[in-house]
Amino acid sequence: MAAPKLMDFDRALELFEPVLGFEVHVELNTKTKMFSDAPNFFGGEPNTNVTPVDLGLPGSLPVVNEQAVRYSISLGLALGCSIAESSRFARKNYFYPDLAKNYQISQHDEPIAYRGSVDVELPDGRTVTVPIERAHMEEDAGKLTHVGGSTGRIQGAEYSLVDYNRAGVPLVEIVTDIIYGAEKDAPELAKAYVSTIRDIVIALGISDAKMERGNLRCDANISLSPRGSGILGTRTETKNVNSLRSVERAIRYEIQRQAAILDAGGTITQETRHWHEDTGRTSAGRPKSDADDYRYFPEPDLLPVQPSTELIEELRQALPEAPALRRRRLREAWGFTELEFRDVVNSGLLNELDATVAAGASPQAARKWWTGEIARLANVAGVDSASLVSAEQVAQLIELIEAGTLTDRLARQVLEGVIAGEGSPAEVVDSRGLAVVSDDGALIAAIDEALAAQPDVLAKIRDGKVQAAGAVIGAVMKAMRGSADAARVRELVLERANSAPE
Amino acid sequence: MTSTDLIRLTAAELADSLAAGDVSSVDATRAHLDRIDGVDGDIHAFLHVARDAALARAGEIDRIRASEDGSSLGPLAGVPLAIKDVLCTLDMPSTAGSRILEGWIPPYDATVVRKIRDAHLVPLGKTNMDEFAMGSSTEHSAYGPTRNPWDLDRIPGGSGGGSAAAVSAFEAPLALGSDTGGSIRQPAAVTGSVGMKPTYGGVSRYGAIALASSLDQVGPVSRTVLDSALLHDVIGGHDPRDSTSIPDTWPSMADAARAGQREGALKGMRVGVVKQLTGDGFQSGVTQRFTEALAVLESAGAEVVEISAPNFEYAIAAYYLILPAEASSNLAKFDSVRFGLRVNPPGGGTVEQVMSATRDAGFGPEVKRRIILGTYALSAGYYDAYYGSAQKVRTLIQRDFDNAFGRVDVLATPSAPTTAFRLGEKLDDPLAMYLNDLTTIPANLAGVPGIGLPIGLAPEDGLPVGIQFMAPARSDARLYTVGAALEQLLEESWGGSLLSRAPELATATVGGR
Repeated sequence: MAAPKLMDFDRALELFEPVLGFEVHVELNTKTKMFSDAPNFFGGEPNTNVTPVDLGLPGSLPVVNEQAVRYSISLGLALGCSIAESSRFARKNYFYPDLAKNYQISQHDEPIAYRGSVDVELPDGRTVTVPIERAHMEEDAGKLTHVGGSTGRIQGAEYSLVDYNRAGVPLVEIVTDIIYGAEKDAPELAKAYVSTIRDIVIALGISDAKMERGNLRCDANISLSPRGSGILGTRTETKNVNSLRSVERAIRYEIQRQAAILDAGGTITQETRHWHEDTGRTSAGRPKSDADDYRYFPEPDLLPVQPSTELIEELRQALPEAPALRRRRLREAWGFTELEFRDVVNSGLLNELDATVAAGASPQAARKWWTGEIARLANVAGVDSASLVSAEQVAQLIELIEAGTLTDRLARQVLEGVIAGEGSPAEVVDSRGLAVVSDDGALIAAIDEALAAQPDVLAKIRDGKVQAAGAVIGAVMKAMRGSADAARVRELVLERANSAPE
Repeated sequence: MTSTDLIRLTAAELADSLAAGDVSSVDATRAHLDRIDGVDGDIHAFLHVARDAALARAGEIDRIRASEDGSSLGPLAGVPLAIKDVLCTLDMPSTAGSRILEGWIPPYDATVVRKIRDAHLVPLGKTNMDEFAMGSSTEHSAYGPTRNPWDLDRIPGGSGGGSAAAVSAFEAPLALGSDTGGSIRQPAAVTGSVGMKPTYGGVSRYGAIALASSLDQVGPVSRTVLDSALLHDVIGGHDPRDSTSIPDTWPSMADAARAGQREGALKGMRVGVVKQLTGDGFQSGVTQRFTEALAVLESAGAEVVEISAPNFEYAIAAYYLILPAEASSNLAKFDSVRFGLRVNPPGGGTVEQVMSATRDAGFGPEVKRRIILGTYALSAGYYDAYYGSAQKVRTLIQRDFDNAFGRVDVLATPSAPTTAFRLGEKLDDPLAMYLNDLTTIPANLAGVPGIGLPIGLAPEDGLPVGIQFMAPARSDARLYTVGAALEQLLEESWGGSLLSRAPELATATVGGR
C-alpha cells in the first residue's frame, strides 16, 4: 500500500479546524461478568471463563452485576454526570460471530449517566473542559483470531477462531460531545483526555486501565471543518489505538491525511479506520453511516436500573479526589517547582511518589530516587518503574540513607539487591554486609591511631581549632575504605581529641 | 392396581397411593411408559421418551421412600411427568420443535426442570410443540404434528399440543408447558384438559428457550385443577437467574384449589364477562357451554356481570408486533457458530453465508415469517409506528384489566373461539390461525394469570370446550379456587370427568410387564 499523501500539520491547521469526539470503553475489574457469574479474568485457556449466558445458549438469561452498576455510577459521578433515576438496557442487534447472542446488551436512549464534563490539562499547563454526553453500561464481545492469510485480518483468512472469555466483560462507554476549539493542540488534547480518563478510573479502582490489554480503548472521531465555512466535515472513527502515544499520533495523522484529501478536492469517506502502530498510519475499515440500523429495543429480560438516592449519595461521598485537584494539592504539599513536578507527572510516577511520601520519605528524596536511579534501571530493563520496586521499599531505602546506615553509593547497591529479589532494603544491607560502619569500637581504634600519628593536629584541635580535624577525618575515612559515616567520624574525632590522654 | 387404573389416576391420587405405599413409582412410571408405547404412535405427543432414565429415577425415589429419608419427600414425589421441548434438560435433547436444534442437549437444566427433579418427580420425556412455540396447532413442529386424542384428524392446539395431548391421552398425569399467547390454555381447551399461565414472573423462565421474553411464562398442564396447583407449587417462586421473576413468596396453590372444593367457595365471587370476547366469531357450541358454565357459577352464589374492555380489540394486532420483534432478536443466536445445526453452502462460504444457509435450512416457514415481521417492525423509521404503538396498546390493555379488576374478582372468557379444528385446515391461513388465540392473548400482554379448564362438549361436534378465568397479577391462587369450584360442580353434574368420556384410543401391541 502506497503511503497516502499527508499535508504538513501547520498548513492543515491554517486551512481547517479539527473537530473531535471520543468514545472511550473502560473494562471494569469486577469479579464476575456484566450479566453472568463467569469470572471476569484476563487470559485463561480460550472459552473457559464462560457460562451458558456468555455463550448465548438457548434459554439462558442475563442478570445485572450490581458491582458493575455501582462502578458505573461512580464513574458517571467522577465525570460530573447526572445519574439517571431509571436507566434501561437495550438490545443492539447485529450478526457477528464474536457476539454470542447476535445482539449486544447495551444502553441506548436511557444511559445510566449523562451530561457531564472533565477538565483536561495540556502539556503546556492549559486546562480544557471536555464535555461528556453520556456514559453507559454494556457488555464486551468475544475475540476473533483470523488464521491463514498474511495480515491476521479477516480478509484473506482461511478460518477464524472465536474465544468467548471476554464476552460479557463489563464495559462503560464514555461518549464526549463534539469538541471544538482544540486547534493545534488536538493531538495533545486527545492524549491528555484519554490519560485523564485513565487517571480517573485508576483513582476509582474500577478498572485495571491497561491500554495494551484493551482495558481502556479509545475510538477517536475526527473531522475537518474548512476555515470560515461553518460546515462540519465528514468524520472518520479511528479504532485500535491502544496506547496514549498512539492516540496523539493517530489524531495528528488523520488531520494530515484528511487535509491532503480535502485540499486536493477529494471527499472523506465516513468509515472506521484502523490505526497501525508499526507504520504510524490508519487504514480503511468498514463504511459507517448514521443510518446503521441496530434495531434497538428495550431488553425485555432485564428490569430498569433504578439506583436509590442513598446509593448515589454514598458513592458520591466515596469519590476520590479529582486527578487535576490532586495534582495541584500534591505539588503544593511537596513544594516542587513546576519543572520538577511536570517531570514527575510526565514520567507517570505521581502515584509512586505519593505512596513513597506516604510511607515516610521526604518528597525531594522520593523524587530523586524515582526519577533518577530507579527510572534509569527501568529504562535499561525496558519495564515500568513501578514493577521494579514498591513505594515501601523505596521509602525504607531513603530512611536508611537518612539514618546514616547507607551512603548514596551503598544505597544503589542495596537497590540492585532489592530488585534482584533479595528482600527488603534492610535485609539486603544485612545479607550483603553493606552498612556504613557504625561500630564505634572500630572507628575509635582508627581515630586514636590517626590522632597518634598526627600529634600536631591533635594539639590544634585541643586549642579549639576544630577545622583542623579534617585531616584526621580524611585519614580515618581512608582507613575505613569509605564505609564510615563522615558525620559520626567527625563527632568521634572531636570527642577523642578532647578526652584522649596527653 | 392394574396399569390401566394407574394411568387414569390424577396426579394427586397417584401421589397419595405412592405415599401410602400402595404403588411404587417404578410401577406408575412403567404404566405410563407402556401407555406411551401403546398410543403415541398415533398421538405423537412425545419427541423423546426417556424410558430407561425414567425407570431408573423412579427406582431411586422408591428407595428413598423406603429409607429413613422417605418422610422428606414432597407431595408429588414419584409422580411421572412430561416436559415441553422448549425447556432445557441436561439429559434429553431440547429442540423447541425446530430442526435447527435437532439433537441438541443443553449443558444445563431449566430452573423449572431442576425444581421438578429436586421435588422427585419423574421426567418421562419431551413433548411436541410448534417450532419455537409459534403456532396454535402443533402443525408447525419440524417433527410432524401431534394429534388430538378426541379425534385423530384434529389438532391438539398449540404451541403446547404435545403436553396437552400427553395428559389427555393418559400418557402422563402432569406436564410442563409454556404460554406466550395461549400455548398452555388453548391446547387445554381443545383437548379437555387443564392448564395455567401463571402471573408473569411467577415461574422462572431460565432455561425456557425464549420466544418473546416479555410474554413467555412457564406453567402446569394436567387433567384436574388441583393437579395443576400441585405442580405450580413445585415450579413457582423467585429465581435469581431470571431478573423478571417476582421476589415475593406465594401462597400454596394446592391449598387454594382445595379451598375451591369446599362448600360455598363461589359465594359472593364477582365474575366479569368481557363483552369484547364473546359473540361474533365464537362457535355456537362454545358460546352455549360458556353460557351454561356462567349459569353454574351463578347458581353457586357467584355474581356474573358484563365488563367492557375496549382495548382488547387491538390485542392481536399489538401481540403480532411485540412477539415477532422480540422473537426476531431472540432467535438471532441460532447461527451455527456455537451449537445446533450447521449447513455449509456448496463450495464453502463466508461465516455470513454459513449463517444464512443454516437459518434457511433450519427454520420453518412460520418462524421465518415472524422473524421477517419482527425485523421489519424494529427497523429505524418503523419502530415508533409499529413496536412503539404496540407497546402503547399494551399499556391500554393493562389499564382495561385494572378497571375491570376494580369491579370484579375474576374475568371469564371462552378459552378459544372454536373447538379443535382439522389438521391442515388453517395451515395456509396464518391470520385465521392467529385469531384462535383471541381470548388468551390479553393476559400475556398484561402479565396477569389465566387458567383454562373444560366445561363440556360442543353439541355440534362433540369436542371439548374450555373456559378461561383471569385474575389480577399475583392472584394466581384465586384462579385455582374458582377453577376447582367450577370443576367440582361440573363433574358432579356429569358424573365424572370430561376426559372419561373421550374415545378409547387404539393401543399398539406392547410388551408391557
